Order: sequence, then C-alpha cells, then structure tokens
Amino acid sequence: MKLLAFASRNRKELLRDPWNLAFGIGFPVVLLLLLSAIQANIPVSLFNIDKLAPGIAVFGLSFISLFSATLIAKDRTTSFLMRLFASPLSASDFILGYALPLLPMAVLQGAVCFVTAFFLGLPVNANVLLALVVLIPPAILYIGIGLLAGSVLTDKQVGGICGALLTNVSAWLSGTWFDLNLVGGAFKRIAYALPFAHAVDAAKAAIAGDYASILPHLWWVIGYATVIMVIAVVAFKRKMNGDNV
Amino acid sequence: MNAIEMTGLTKKYGERTAVKSLSLSIEQGTCFALLGVNGAGKTTTIKMLSCLTKPTSGNAVILGKSILTEPQAVKEIANISPQETAVAPNLTARENLELIAGIYGSEGRTAREKATRMIEEFDLSEVERQKAKTLSGGWQRRLSIAMALISEPQVLFLDEPTLGLDVLARRELWSVIEHLRGKVTIILTTHYMEEAEALSDRIGVMARGELKALGTAAELIARTGAKTFEDAFVALATGSEASA
Repeated sequence: MKLLAFASRNRKELLRDPWNLAFGIGFPVVLLLLLSAIQANIPVSLFNIDKLAPGIAVFGLSFISLFSATLIAKDRTTSFLMRLFASPLSASDFILGYALPLLPMAVLQGAVCFVTAFFLGLPVNANVLLALVVLIPPAILYIGIGLLAGSVLTDKQVGGICGALLTNVSAWLSGTWFDLNLVGGAFKRIAYALPFAHAVDAAKAAIAGDYASILPHLWWVIGYATVIMVIAVVAFKRKMNGDNV
Repeated sequence: MNAIEMTGLTKKYGERTAVKSLSLSIEQGTCFALLGVNGAGKTTTIKMLSCLTKPTSGNAVILGKSILTEPQAVKEIANISPQETAVAPNLTARENLELIAGIYGSEGRTAREKATRMIEEFDLSEVERQKAKTLSGGWQRRLSIAMALISEPQVLFLDEPTLGLDVLARRELWSVIEHLRGKVTIILTTHYMEEAEALSDRIGVMARGELKALGTAAELIARTGAKTFEDAFVALATGSEASA
C-alpha cells in the first residue's frame, strides 16, 4: 500500500508535466515523421522504417532517464524528500516507487513509436509485440541511469547530463541515425562497448524476425542495466542514510 | 511519562559540532519549544530525532523506541513538518494529503476520509483541487502542516511551522497546535518568541549546539531577571544572563 501510494504520486507527477509528454511521446514521433519524409526524397536507402523505428524507440527511452532523474533531483532539492525520508517508506519502496511508473510509460512510448511507424510502412505483425518486450531491458537501463543521476546530481545538472549528454550519446553511439559500419574503427568499437547500439540491434532483430540475433545483443543491455541499477540503489541508499537530505 | 528521552545526543560534521551532548526529557502530550539563533543546532536535533540523520554519539528513545536501533518504528509514530514547505508540486492539495495518509498505511477510503477531515480542520476546501505548486506560500505551509498531522502522529516535529504565514494564518495554526496539546507530543522550533511563549509548556534555549537553558517562559524570565521573554532569550543565547 505504501509503495503503491508513492508510485501513484510519481506517476501523476510525471504525466502532469507537459514537457514529459511532449518530449517522451511527441519528440520521437516528430523524428520518425521527419526522417521518413527525408527518406522519401533521397535516392539512397538511409532511413528505412524497419531500421529507423526500432532505433527511434530506443532513443526515445533516453527521455525516461531525464524524467526520472529530474523528478528525484527536484524532490531532493525541495524538502519533500526529507518528509518522505522521515516516513516509514523503506529503501525498496522508494526505488520501486520511482521506477515502476516509468516502465509502462516506456512501453507506451515504444507502442506510440511503432504505431506511428505502421502509417509509414512498417509491417503490422507479431514481431512488433516482440520488439516491445525487447525494449524492456533498455527501458530498465535508462530508468537506472535516471535513478542514479537523480540521486547524485542537482536538477540543473540533470538537465545537462541526462538532457544533453545522455540523449546525444544514445543518438550517436546507437546506430539509430546511421549504420555504425559506415564509420567503423574506434567509433564502432566504442559504440559496441556501450549498451545503446546493442539495444537498437536487438530491437531491429526483433522487427526483422531474426530471433537468434536478439539475445546476444540483449545480454549486453541486461548486464549494463543490472550494474547501473545496483549502483543507483547503492547511491540512493547512501543518500537516504546520509546527512545530505 | 516521558515521550522523548535524549541522552548525550551529539552530531558532528567533520570538525564542527552541530549538537553537543544533548540530554533532555520531554513529557508525553506536551509542547516543547527549541529556541536558538540560526546555526544553534535546532534543526539538526529535529533531524536526529526524526531519523533523518544519525547521531555521531548518544541516543534518543521516542515512546520506547530507539532512534538508533528502531528507526522504522520511530518513523511509524512520528511525523515532521520541515522548515521549508514540503509538498508534491503537481498533486492537488487533496492528493498531497491522501498521499501522506497512504504512505503511513491508510487504505484508499480511509485515506480519503482522513484527507477530508484535514481539509475541514485546516480550512483548505477552497484550494483542495488546486495543484500545490499554484498555491501561495501561506497555503502551501498550511498544507504542509496538515500533511504532517494526517498520519495522526504521537510525536510531531514542527520546524519553524509559521514561517511565512500572515498573522491570521499564524493564529489559526496556533489554535490547531493548542488543540493537539495533551494528545500529541510536539517539538517545535521557532524564531518567534511570542509563539514559543504562547504554545509551549517548556522551552529549551540552544546556542552553538548546546542546551543553555531549560524551563517555562516564566522560569527563564525569572532566571535572567529580564523584563520580557525576548530579553531573557537574548541573555541566554548570548551567555550574558548575569548582566541581564
């Protein structure tokens, strides 16, 4: 009950911020429409919808980090978190309370992205549902990044780190905009040492029905998500038990 | 019966001692005011008692529960209204109240009933459907205190509860606090001398982390030989009581 009350509050806070809806749902859709329009007017195959849609769906998740980090950081900068820390909420209530409302938001975001892609030519089949499932580990990764950033950064720093740095890293090092093989070399090695390109490749494989290629990529994402989540939980617990409430 | 027993409660931040060996008992159902200039250690004391920060040494027992070994049990029976207004900005006033009731274990219907009761008691009905971030500072403060009371705490920490309230709102809040007397043990920090004098059964004066004096307002005035309670406080806080 305590957890549900807290999770419900976080869901309302997130959904009632118009910027969250604009960036979380609107921005990926606009990108999808824009890049598809570009594709329609160029002779080379650069932004095919079956490659673009899963990429944008993963990229859109980077905003989930921004939302969660901003919410936590704002709670910290006001006395609201002090009030909550003085309440009987346990550390796990806090972490799940912040994380749980974000997961359906992430799935909804992916669903809106794929439904938009249907109108742009993405085949309507069961692979899209699989892609939505494949998006869950990347969603957890981005939620973990948000929890971590919100626990250690101020709300202004969160804007820079999650709003600018993370979205750019997610965009350029994920293969969303271009095939990483076109650049190759160190750039590609760095990209594949990070989880974002693997998340996009797993989602692309799901859409393509290339089931065997999903898990090898997804393990990278699951590994990163686990490590980031553990660090985020430790950082949040330290904040909770520390003197910097 | 004592609701709170502090024994050698100390908090150090590096080399700086914020609270130095505070030993104090507060009787159940009374209102105790902690007075002191900024940096005297009042808020740190409240933070330790409400399990927000761990003491460097010493202990406090709240209704039989130690803040060191049973913080979760202490949190169940106590609540705090922090110095700054602490509300969820995108939730309405009613939702804020229901949230805190839920966090302290009330189910949906009970939480709604408790929220209705607090809305009536704090005269919040005209703003109950307004988002907290759109409320004026005074309304937010009133809501913040109602949120501290909705869990029906046995021990209530009020850190500067009337800061930013106009005279009427302050008097209304005084009336609420007076109604709680005998039912809830209240620890109040304030900069307003008349507030401490009007509301508290006993007053502790802190300076540089130490408890300098303890007693009723009348006792402190008599002890310093001052004409008013404010003069008595100045004498005690500055250590010039002999010349007062």
